[in-house]
Amino acid sequence: MSGENGAIHAQLKGVTRVYPAAAGHSPVHALGPVDLDLRMGEFFSVVGPSGCGKSTLLEILAGLQRPTQGTVTFEGRPVLGDVPDGLGVVFQEDASFPWLNVWDNVAFGLRRAGVSAAEVRRRVEDAVVFLGLRDFARAYPPQLSGGMRQRVCIARTLVLQPRLILLDEPFGALDAQTRLLMGEEVLRLWRSTGATVLLITHALDEAAMLSDRVGAMSARPGRFLDIIATGWMRERDSTIVREPAFAEITGRLWENLRGESMKALGHSGGIAAQ
Amino acid sequence: MTPVAWIRLLVITVAIGALEGACRFGLIDRRVMVPPSDMVASLAAILRSGSINGDIVQTLGVIAAAAALAVVLGFALGLFVHALPRLRAGLDPLFATYYAVPIFIFYPVLIAIFGLSLVPILLIGVATALVAMIIATLNGLDRVPPVLSKVARVHRMGTVATALRLQLPAAAPYLFTGVKLSVSYAFIAVIASEFILAPSGLGRDIADAYADFNNSRMYALMLFLLITATFVNMALHAWDLRWAARRGREPS
Repeated sequence: MSGENGAIHAQLKGVTRVYPAAAGHSPVHALGPVDLDLRMGEFFSVVGPSGCGKSTLLEILAGLQRPTQGTVTFEGRPVLGDVPDGLGVVFQEDASFPWLNVWDNVAFGLRRAGVSAAEVRRRVEDAVVFLGLRDFARAYPPQLSGGMRQRVCIARTLVLQPRLILLDEPFGALDAQTRLLMGEEVLRLWRSTGATVLLITHALDEAAMLSDRVGAMSARPGRFLDIIATGWMRERDSTIVREPAFAEITGRLWENLRGESMKALGHSGGIAAQ
Repeated sequence: MTPVAWIRLLVITVAIGALEGACRFGLIDRRVMVPPSDMVASLAAILRSGSINGDIVQTLGVIAAAAALAVVLGFALGLFVHALPRLRAGLDPLFATYYAVPIFIFYPVLIAIFGLSLVPILLIGVATALVAMIIATLNGLDRVPPVLSKVARVHRMGTVATALRLQLPAAAPYLFTGVKLSVSYAFIAVIASEFILAPSGLGRDIADAYADFNNSRMYALMLFLLITATFVNMALHAWDLRWAARRGREPS
């Protein structure tokens, strides 16, 4: 198991997010209050029903949104509405740049940061090999599959050597088999970089397979109902889906989330209890 | 060449041949139109003489300057208006009806202000082409995926870097439509201005030839402008095709 006794890498304390009222509507209380300690080097996943504020949580931690209340810290420093150095984000949407080839996509952030050409070459080469993109280095994103484009975005984040990687449903648009394989790649990436990873996902099996800990969130406004430690060894892959513990974890997550998902769908408690 | 291209070439050849025949056999009075072969011969003689070199440089230079100014200003104004939704809501009806207004009527006003020089011609060219570029920029920026703004923030990019490094290339396919329209509008506005009133330029040459009943020269100069405009348009189209193929989209 990893990260269990590690120092706190990032922390949310009493974080809430209320979106102001749009014309003719009430304010939307999207999140919280939420408390979360992310430990150094752990793989933490967040699952919850649609619209429960998972992505809001990630964006607040990334500094892309300010919380309405509460505090966020990363490596002991407050996150005040700017993305801190050492933090990388991979989004659910395809965020590859169609006007740049794979190599230039991956090198984008490094060049912006003024890294020397030799170092850019070394890091990009490593990343494209690591993510199986070497043969496609001169291809443009529209010529690639959705999974490959997402790998390009992961590589673009990876080369910047972030200490905290935030993944916002990065495999949401992929088929189940590709998602499993991409999950293995993320595990490999996590082990080789030693970074802390926060994954937002809809998929309970994905969360159970990849994570050291999984946080199950309630329907909006999202709060943590349960945080489950999986107890997996650091060296793991998709074959753990055969383990009895995997079914137990997935079952416990579903127990937590079934009623909340019903609420999110607008069903009554009576139906949820059936 | 593709079968479609052959058909296209055949239609143009037949049309030119029919015109040639109609002129040669008197179906069209030579005071109205000269045969295409005469236009070509006359144009070759004019180009060999070098008598219009100065006018070519001036007219094409003003068109290029007007189109370039319209593209740069149009993109900058488009960015500005896009960033201010309320301003945009106020301006949208003006943009929508801009080309319904004959802005050419302001040409005499510009001559009164700036004198009979290249400045009023340039300004009319810019004014005619500008709004096409603004509309294309707004259209393009509307289609930039919102996730790119987040990517820009993750990479700690400022407003200018985000506009130039992400928004501009992401919106480029739509901007290219604006560039093509701006070049076409600049062409039309500059030639028309020179034709109406100008100290020199190809439009003025055509007007002089028309006034002198010099049909041969007039049609030769018109042919030159047609060929130039077609060549510029084809070059832009070829560039667009190449770019579109790389980005996996339909050309604009």
